Amino acid sequence: MLTKLTGGIVYDPANKVNGKKKDIYIEDRRIVSKPRNVAPDQEYNIGGKIVMAGAIDLHTHIGGGKGNIARMLMPESHRIDPVAHTNIKRAGTVHGMPSTFTTGYRYAEMGYTAAFEPAVLPINARQAHMEMGDTPMLDKGGYVMLGSDDFFLRMMTANKDQQAINDYVAWTLRAAQGVGIKVVNPGGISAFKFNQRQLDLDENNTHYNVTPRQILKSLATAIKELGISHPLHVHGSNLGVPGNIQTTLDSIAGVEGLPMHLTHVQFHSYGTEGDFKFSSGGAELAEAINKNNNVSVDVGQIMFGQTITASGDNQRQYANRGISSPNKWVCMDIECDAGCGLVPFKYKDQNFVNALQWAIGLEIFLLVKDPWRIFLTTDHPNGAPFTSYPHLIRLLMDKSFRNDMLATIHPEAQKMTTLGAIDREYSMQEIAILTRAGAAKITGLENRGALGKGDFADITVYTENDNREKMFEKPDYVFKDGELVVKDGEVVKVVWGTTHIVRPDYDKSIEKDLKKYFDRFMTMKVGNFTISDDEITEDGRGSLTVHPTVGEKT
Amino acid sequence: MTEITEVPSPFCGIGTDDLAIKVNGVSIKVSKNGCAVNTAAFEQAITDTSPRIDGKEVSLKQAVTRASEILRNANQPVIGGCATDVNGMRALMALADRNGAVVDNMNFTKARANFLALQDSGWMNTTLAEIKNRCDLFVVIACDLEVFAPRFYPRYLWNKESMFLDDTSAREIIYIGKAPSGKASTSPKKIKAQVLECADVDLPEVLAVLRALIKENLVIAEQVGGIAVADLQMIADKLKAATYGVVTWAAGALDFPQAELTVQTICELVKEVNASGVRCSGFPLGGKEGDQTANQVCGWQTGYPARMRFSSDIPEYDPFLYDINQMFDNGEVDAFVWVQAFNSSATPPTGGRIPTIVVARSGMTFKEEPDVFIPVGTPGIDHAGHAYRLDNVVAIRLKKLRDSGLPSTAEVLTAIEQGLVS
Repeated sequence: MLTKLTGGIVYDPANKVNGKKKDIYIEDRRIVSKPRNVAPDQEYNIGGKIVMAGAIDLHTHIGGGKGNIARMLMPESHRIDPVAHTNIKRAGTVHGMPSTFTTGYRYAEMGYTAAFEPAVLPINARQAHMEMGDTPMLDKGGYVMLGSDDFFLRMMTANKDQQAINDYVAWTLRAAQGVGIKVVNPGGISAFKFNQRQLDLDENNTHYNVTPRQILKSLATAIKELGISHPLHVHGSNLGVPGNIQTTLDSIAGVEGLPMHLTHVQFHSYGTEGDFKFSSGGAELAEAINKNNNVSVDVGQIMFGQTITASGDNQRQYANRGISSPNKWVCMDIECDAGCGLVPFKYKDQNFVNALQWAIGLEIFLLVKDPWRIFLTTDHPNGAPFTSYPHLIRLLMDKSFRNDMLATIHPEAQKMTTLGAIDREYSMQEIAILTRAGAAKITGLENRGALGKGDFADITVYTENDNREKMFEKPDYVFKDGELVVKDGEVVKVVWGTTHIVRPDYDKSIEKDLKKYFDRFMTMKVGNFTISDDEITEDGRGSLTVHPTVGEKT
Repeated sequence: MTEITEVPSPFCGIGTDDLAIKVNGVSIKVSKNGCAVNTAAFEQAITDTSPRIDGKEVSLKQAVTRASEILRNANQPVIGGCATDVNGMRALMALADRNGAVVDNMNFTKARANFLALQDSGWMNTTLAEIKNRCDLFVVIACDLEVFAPRFYPRYLWNKESMFLDDTSAREIIYIGKAPSGKASTSPKKIKAQVLECADVDLPEVLAVLRALIKENLVIAEQVGGIAVADLQMIADKLKAATYGVVTWAAGALDFPQAELTVQTICELVKEVNASGVRCSGFPLGGKEGDQTANQVCGWQTGYPARMRFSSDIPEYDPFLYDINQMFDNGEVDAFVWVQAFNSSATPPTGGRIPTIVVARSGMTFKEEPDVFIPVGTPGIDHAGHAYRLDNVVAIRLKKLRDSGLPSTAEVLTAIEQGLVS
């Protein structure tokens, strides 16, 4: 079937199309050139409407054990925001950590067509894939967590060569079916199990005598040498600690030019100045990003309101337990692999620290110059739920709205931010880069996040509105793989996306060491640890899409 | 005859996956690493292969059609048991959502003490591999662990090698409450567990005093529940001196009212040991036969654990109101589905003369024949699947061991759901 979208104003940064009136043709899931002498079977007249590729969220906690603990911990959150089933949609809950079906519907209803779970514990990867398998509408994928797992740390202590590390990283990606590698508080989750309550960048894990800096370097090198498109995805040391801007700057220096993605960097950009010994490191961070082309960031913007923070970083989550609101929290040590921590948070605009966190996030958005190296996230649900993205886009695109909001937050925080003096407003094309083209590029997705010939027809159509929040919260149409799935902001057809993965080659002899290790120390056989393809595809909905490594790309 | 190795078990809850199983047609023999729980569960023969309506054998299609009719006409259907694999539970939830049913896991009342404690104040817990490699002090509260999981001690405490302990046989074991029924907790060096016995009803008081001692609060009493406070002080001191203490309990064994407060005391005392400057973790025992699986799947699909309902088209959770036994007593149920793919002796509660559909492991016998009985395959024997281990983090990949021709829970429940639409 040939479908034509007629007369839209297209923003397609991947193909350098910036607000140009252009017809789009779709056939067999993909975008095709204008066919000669063939009338479309279906035509959507979208004259004057804004057209972008489907949006991609490269860091959102949508699948995995800690998210499910977060759900269980907060029934009161769900009780205030239930969603009834319809003829095509399943019932669910939204507030806090939403249920899987509702997550998929809500993302699609905002124009998103892909989302990546950034903290897949290898031992819990099955669960992450099963939850994502129950998340409709979206393509998905996971970054697999390494760096506090005992197998890796034992390799580091034993001074195994880089090739062996690379083999282990590649094997883990295969076994856990991941698209990238994440490191969370490098070595710190392990250190917490040895009763170290904090771990600086150059501080030794007392058992392994390995520092976070060494771990970053080793894993970032592995990613580069294996040719994995997505840079090492780094949740740095000292999350949330005043003064951690220095840790972040040192981490950037520490990888010595290797590709690195710093995630929810807002939580890692704090100084210690001022009466409250808490200040913005936003400008310093932005300057470092502007100078270091090897580094990309997503922001992890906070919004005011109740949420729950869900993290693999149990060391830092434990440290933050005292400010949980409501006062209940969970920390877990997990399977000599990693850990997790769940701490409910209520961010308040009249709380000095929260107010400044809000401003720091926006400073970073506005001071980082290259839109291809910064991404729009709230670290859902940690900074705010993903449903706040349209509001965030308005804050970025509308200076007067932003300044109106700024005027309402804690007065001391207003004094400690340069936000009011920043004139920048994001353009439509820049938003399309942050949320589409850039996100597809940095996650290594082929033929996604773009509207050229041969690209998958993931397309979102909006009605232009000066109120950007209104515009971005309710697209007119969303197409997923060429099918109309959302109309007027409502799901009209439920579809199931693919799971994006990478499979770099590795020397299979690593499996001998792993078998021995699993037999001696783990609680399952290595063969039962590995996730087979049919586990993802056997339900008839799931599929796997393998993306090439950098060397394989043509 | 073929032998299949590295077989994972969904029955014991602790995720043993080193069983060897000999398969001859549809007959199964556990040839290696069996135990009192797993061997019987794997080896049970298939007896029923045909569905029944009112006791008469019918085709699967007829049984499914009848089941759909019963549910279509119901005002308040309930689905109990929920003992199946992940795909079975997915299908169960889809059916419940469409049918406006109550979903109630058969062991929820036992697990409820944990959920209530979690939802009120949270906890600090650990998992099996951490215990195996780190735990130097293991405190068992009110549970006969070796009966619950016969292979727990040899696999996770008396393992020869560990990454962080020089001598695993030097681990110290302490029981509070029930004394162990056997010798599994005696170390390879013949050192017996220390046992501080008390009656279950005294546990709230005993544990409250232990918590107070950990917090260094003044305790004037010299004895509590028959246990000397000085002995409890010694446990408090040991927890604070351990490198990685673990405190375990089984909510299902705390058989007294408001047991959630006792679970909460345990969780809070673990937190307080951590606050004192050393590491310590809790470890809840429970979750055989798909309990964790039911709660996990229900959790990610609705936000709530598996005692909830879709009666008003939205997910609603209530850990007390949607107890199906209570609903039966109150006459609130007009159609009942019982799902139990693991254990044919776990028969449905009788709810009086309520139209009843049983989707269960072959071999289940009934005092009162249900309106519809559909025997299904057992996950991990008759079909592949996924099940959660008791520590709730690890999902194991269950293997298909034989071709029995029995349908899976998921196939049957999905067909019943389709019957509601047509």
